[in-house]
Amino acid sequence: MSRLSDALAHGEFVVTGEVAPPRGTDLSAMTATMALLGPHCHALNITDNQGASLHLSSLAASRVAREMGFEPIFQQTCRDRNRLALQSDLMAAWTLGLENVLMVTGDDPRSGDHPQAKPVFDIDSTQLLRVAAGMNEGHDMLGRPLKGGTGFFLGAAMFPEAEPWDVQLERARAKVEAGARFFQTQAIFDIDKLARAVEAMHEVGAKVIAGVLLLRSPRAIDFINERLAGLMVPDAIAQRIRRAADPVAAAVELATEQVIAMKEVADGVHIMPLGLTEAVPQILDQAGVGL
Amino acid sequence: MIITRPREWERIRDDLDQIGARAVFIMGCGQCATVAHTGGEEEVLRTTALLERDGRKVTGWAVGEVTCHLGGTRLDARKHADEIAASDAILVLACGAGVQTMADAVAKPVYPGLESVFLGNVVRHGVFEERCQMCGECVLDKTAGICPVTTCPKGLLNGPCGGMWDGKCEVLRDRECVHVKIRRRLAEQGRPVPGVLPPKDYSKKLKPGSVNVRESRAGGGGR
Repeated sequence: MSRLSDALAHGEFVVTGEVAPPRGTDLSAMTATMALLGPHCHALNITDNQGASLHLSSLAASRVAREMGFEPIFQQTCRDRNRLALQSDLMAAWTLGLENVLMVTGDDPRSGDHPQAKPVFDIDSTQLLRVAAGMNEGHDMLGRPLKGGTGFFLGAAMFPEAEPWDVQLERARAKVEAGARFFQTQAIFDIDKLARAVEAMHEVGAKVIAGVLLLRSPRAIDFINERLAGLMVPDAIAQRIRRAADPVAAAVELATEQVIAMKEVADGVHIMPLGLTEAVPQILDQAGVGL
Repeated sequence: MIITRPREWERIRDDLDQIGARAVFIMGCGQCATVAHTGGEEEVLRTTALLERDGRKVTGWAVGEVTCHLGGTRLDARKHADEIAASDAILVLACGAGVQTMADAVAKPVYPGLESVFLGNVVRHGVFEERCQMCGECVLDKTAGICPVTTCPKGLLNGPCGGMWDGKCEVLRDRECVHVKIRRRLAEQGRPVPGVLPPKDYSKKLKPGSVNVRESRAGGGGR
C-alpha cells in the first residue's frame, strides 16, 4: 500500500512536491531536486511532458524517485498517448513499483514547444481514471482479464477557484465515481473556495491536497498569468511579491502563511516550487508540516 | 460545406516547376469553393493572372458544377479536352475531394490549388466555423446539440479541463468553454446532465470512409 494513501487514510496532513523530469538524459538536476524535496514529502509528483513541452518520461523519472527511496506520483496526461499506450504504460508503471497515479487532461500542444504535434486526447482524464480503476480490478478497458492487475492509488486534478463551481463540482464528483481517491488542486489562493471543495469531496469520500505555487519573482507571476493554463495570481497577492524588497523572502513568507491556512482546511498541500526548491524545507518547517 | 483556403503560391509554383509545366489548365468548383471564395470564377481568373505573371500559359479553365462528382467532372474534362491536351498540368481550385476526382478524370498531372481545412457551418456570409468532424458516432443527443469532440480544442467528451477559468476556454480564451455551454443549455431546457460519456469508438471512423446506398435500394433490406 502506498505511503501516501496510508497517511491520508490515517488523517495525516500530507505534503507532496512537484518535480519535472529533464529535457534530456542528464538526471543530475532532477535528482538534486528530488534529494532536496523528497525527505520532506509523503510523495513526489513526476510531471508528464509538462506544459506540453518535451521532457524525459514520467515513467522513467518516477522510477528514479523510487530508487532514491522516495514515493512517486506517476502523472499521466491524455494528450500524447492513445488508449493502447496509456494502458500499456499503466501496466508498466505497476511493474516498476509505482503505486500512485495522477490522471490529468494535459495542456494543449499549441501552448507547448511542439505546437505542430498531433493532440491525441483519445480518452479524457475521467475515462482514464475508469480504465485504471478497471485495471485495479484485474481487467482492461474492454473488460478482458489481465494476467496480473494493478493496485493503484488513483488521483485526479481539480481547480477549486475556477467558476462556475457547479460545473467543477459535477466534474470532480464524476472523477470520484470513476475511481479517484484523492485530488491535487491547481494553485489556490482563496481559502474559502478551497474549504468548499474539500467539504464537497469529503462527502463523496475523496481527499484534497491543496496546491501551493511559490511566487519567486514578479517575472514568475507574469509567466504564471500568461503561460500556465487558466491560472491567475490575484492582484493583492501579486502586489505583495512585486512590491517586496526581497521577493524570495516574500514568497517564502506568503507560502508559509498559505500552508498554515490550508492545514486547517485541506488534507495536505502540494508544493510547486517553480525554481525555488531550496526554500521548500524552510516553508514546511515553519508551517509545521511534512516528514 | 467544405471550407478551403488558398494554398501558398510558392508551393504551387514549386509543384509546377518540378515537372517544368509551362502550360496549365485551371479547374474550379461551383459548390463549396465558390461559396468560400477560393475556387469560383473570380478566383480562377485571379489565378490565371498569377500563372501568367510567372510566365506560364493558361490553356483554358472551367468551374465544375460539383467538382467532386466523378461523372460531371469527366464530362467537363471531355468538353475541355483540347485545352487539357494542350496543358502540361491541371491546377484544381477545389477541396482535396475535387482534386482527386479531377486526377481520376484526366491523364495529365493534377495539382491542388487550395488547402482543405474543415467541414464548416456558414455562420454568416464569408464566416465559417467548424462544428462537426464527422466522427461517425454522434453525441449531440447527450450534449444539447453542441459537439464537444469538434468545438472543444482538446476534443474532450467529459470536460471542462483544468484550464477553464470564469467559464472561458483555456486554449481559445475569448470563447466560452464548450462544456460550460453544454451544461447551461441542458439546464435551460430542463434536460438531465449525462453521466460520464464513454470513450469514442474510432472503429466507426476507420479510413477511408465508404457508403453505397445503391445496394440497399436494389436489395431493399441493406443497411
